[in-house]
Amino acid sequence: MSKRVFYFLGVLLVLGVLLAACGGGQASSGGPEAVKTVIVTVEAPSSGGSNTAAGYGTTLKTVKDRGYLICGVNAQLPGFGYVDDQGNYKGFDVDYCHAVAAAIFGDPSKVEFRPLTAKERFTALQTGEIDVLIRNTTWTLTRDTDLGTNFAATTFYDGQGILVRKDSGITKLEDLNGAKICVATGTTTELNLADQMAARGIDYTPVVFETADQVFGAYEEGRCDAVTTDKSGLVSRRVTLKNPDDHIILDATLSKEPLGPVVRQGDDQWYDIINWVVFATFTGEEMGINSKNVDDVKAKTDDPNVKKLLGLEGEMGQKLGLGDDWAYNVIKYVGNYAEIYERNLGPGTPFNLPRGLNSSWKDGGLLYAPPIR
Amino acid sequence: MNETSVPFWRDERVLQWIAQIVFLVAVIFFLWYLYHNMITALAQRGLLPSFHFLSLTAGFDIGEHLISYSRNSTYGRAFIVGILNTLEVSALGIVFATILGVIIGVMRLSTNWLINKIASIYIEIIRNVPLLVLLVFWYTGVFLQFPRLKEAKILAGPTIISNRGVAMPWGKPTATWHAYLYVLLLGLILAAIVWWRLTLIGKRTGRMPLVTVWSTLTFLGVALVGWFAITLFMHQAPLALDTPEIKGLRTVGGLELTPEFMALFSGLVFYTAAFIAEVVRAGIQSVSKGQIEAARALGLNGFQTLRLVVFPQALRVIVPPMTSQYLNLTKNSSLAVFIGFPDLYSVAGTIHNQTGRAVEVTTLMMAVYLSFSLLTSVFMNWYNKKIRLVER
Repeated sequence: MSKRVFYFLGVLLVLGVLLAACGGGQASSGGPEAVKTVIVTVEAPSSGGSNTAAGYGTTLKTVKDRGYLICGVNAQLPGFGYVDDQGNYKGFDVDYCHAVAAAIFGDPSKVEFRPLTAKERFTALQTGEIDVLIRNTTWTLTRDTDLGTNFAATTFYDGQGILVRKDSGITKLEDLNGAKICVATGTTTELNLADQMAARGIDYTPVVFETADQVFGAYEEGRCDAVTTDKSGLVSRRVTLKNPDDHIILDATLSKEPLGPVVRQGDDQWYDIINWVVFATFTGEEMGINSKNVDDVKAKTDDPNVKKLLGLEGEMGQKLGLGDDWAYNVIKYVGNYAEIYERNLGPGTPFNLPRGLNSSWKDGGLLYAPPIR
Repeated sequence: MNETSVPFWRDERVLQWIAQIVFLVAVIFFLWYLYHNMITALAQRGLLPSFHFLSLTAGFDIGEHLISYSRNSTYGRAFIVGILNTLEVSALGIVFATILGVIIGVMRLSTNWLINKIASIYIEIIRNVPLLVLLVFWYTGVFLQFPRLKEAKILAGPTIISNRGVAMPWGKPTATWHAYLYVLLLGLILAAIVWWRLTLIGKRTGRMPLVTVWSTLTFLGVALVGWFAITLFMHQAPLALDTPEIKGLRTVGGLELTPEFMALFSGLVFYTAAFIAEVVRAGIQSVSKGQIEAARALGLNGFQTLRLVVFPQALRVIVPPMTSQYLNLTKNSSLAVFIGFPDLYSVAGTIHNQTGRAVEVTTLMMAVYLSFSLLTSVFMNWYNKKIRLVER
């Protein structure tokens, strides 16, 4: 009896595996739960089938079918990505997640946030756990090529800085000889630090942690003489220290850190969507269209460029696979770049970060959107 | 012949075979499917497995390294740095956890009420707190609460205690250290010969001399004589005293123990010792009371009873579970990543992140931990075999 049961189970297992395999090969679902999670990576490209490039258009379809966007964000960086006292995700990067959701669904709330550490983020993107990564991520050649990812338009131009205690008497990089420096693993700052210190011949010891909370916690406990990350991150995290005024950010800038959204390679349509959502926020600022006046402008405008942006002309949205009011929704529900910046990092916030490089090209900054036409 | 032949589909032996083959095929197919799935997905992202990255420049620094390492070293070397750090903390951890565990295990069986209770409370508390909590406690609760370097506590030696760690005087190898190593080797060889001879004599006469004591004395004697001989004839002691001092933002010289290392080490030792204590207690209690009473009747005192009668028999029960405690300790050391100690897991995580080679790095990491565990098991199994009861 028991042998027959064993035999039966064996056959059942084979059948199960065969079914799962077929399910993974053709349609997207059908296999047992355990198999399905593994299939995720391969399922998206294979269901695209005859399209021009493998994976083209699959991400948008997946997101639409699911009914919401899954956005990988930081949960420990006030101003960029953090959880407020009501448990909502807030911040500059988080607003860009809302912007993408607004462009796709016309509803900025259709986002699910996944808090990720610097170390987890690329794996989460590669395996399809998230649709887009908007987590103060620096664009570098290695990441663009080796990780199987694509970087969309830069939303924030940053540079690496160093935070020290005022009473330490450290005023320049050279004073850091022999210092312990706290740094987060899996970041470009970890590499820049090594490069810059080697170039200057400064002997230091890194103390490496997984999360920003651990890094700044150890710094505050006095484990390190200095802590390093992007300057915006230092400004943001300094506010969370016990006595922010006891700490200063050194003048030296160690690197260029262009931060922006990241997508998987292989789905050009999705890459375009993310890119142009960012450009729509730039363009909104260039044209002086914001969330308050956008309805007004839409009703009255005769400017062909504005008409194209707001979906009254040219079917721009359809070229992206979206509704024509995609950019209207972005500006209406989330705002243009200036609004997003002011809301999260501007004078009304504890950070009061000057726009600097992150001004529109019209104001001498680096934000320059290609024409929407 | 004919009347006994059963059709093969009714033959139980054949059916068993078929069932097993089908099962094997299913498992292989399933594994192949997962592998194929992974390779396809990786290929689509242009990430086919390759270990070429190990020879590229790492570009990041590591806080603690037993071998020379800088940002210009390769990823492969970074990997080795991580392996050595893990080995260092695991090996030291195993030794100290065993010593502490045995002491507490024996204390737990003490008839002295206070000692017994202290051991019980220790075991109950430590065993029932997650290791990660212990590690964070040791790190942020103890070692980071030491005074800042400017207000460092300086003990005799000098030993400098601050929240940057503990720096203490240490021997620094001099030019004659190399020669001294040969002396030590000679000492080892002589000690082995003494061991061998005394065991032979013991077997022949039936009265076993103090083998361990004599061979240890031989080794120490050679080491001591060698030390003075080298100092006298080569005009330099093999080791010079290296004392630490505060220089700017750090201590220079001596042996420096970082808070990360000390926290990980303490956490692992105190945690594992609680389990080892229970293993030791169980082992000792497994020795029947009659054995102890017999030993007493022969006139052995408490310590002799423990050393000559109880422990040799208890070891047979202790060693197998001890092996798994050692394996646990080694694998638990990967929690180092939470308190910033650059062990294998932490360094491999960084490598994974900077190269994006998730599959390769994870495979390597698993292989390394697996070899650690297998080596430990092999050694412990050998030891277990050696001490097992010889049945006549």
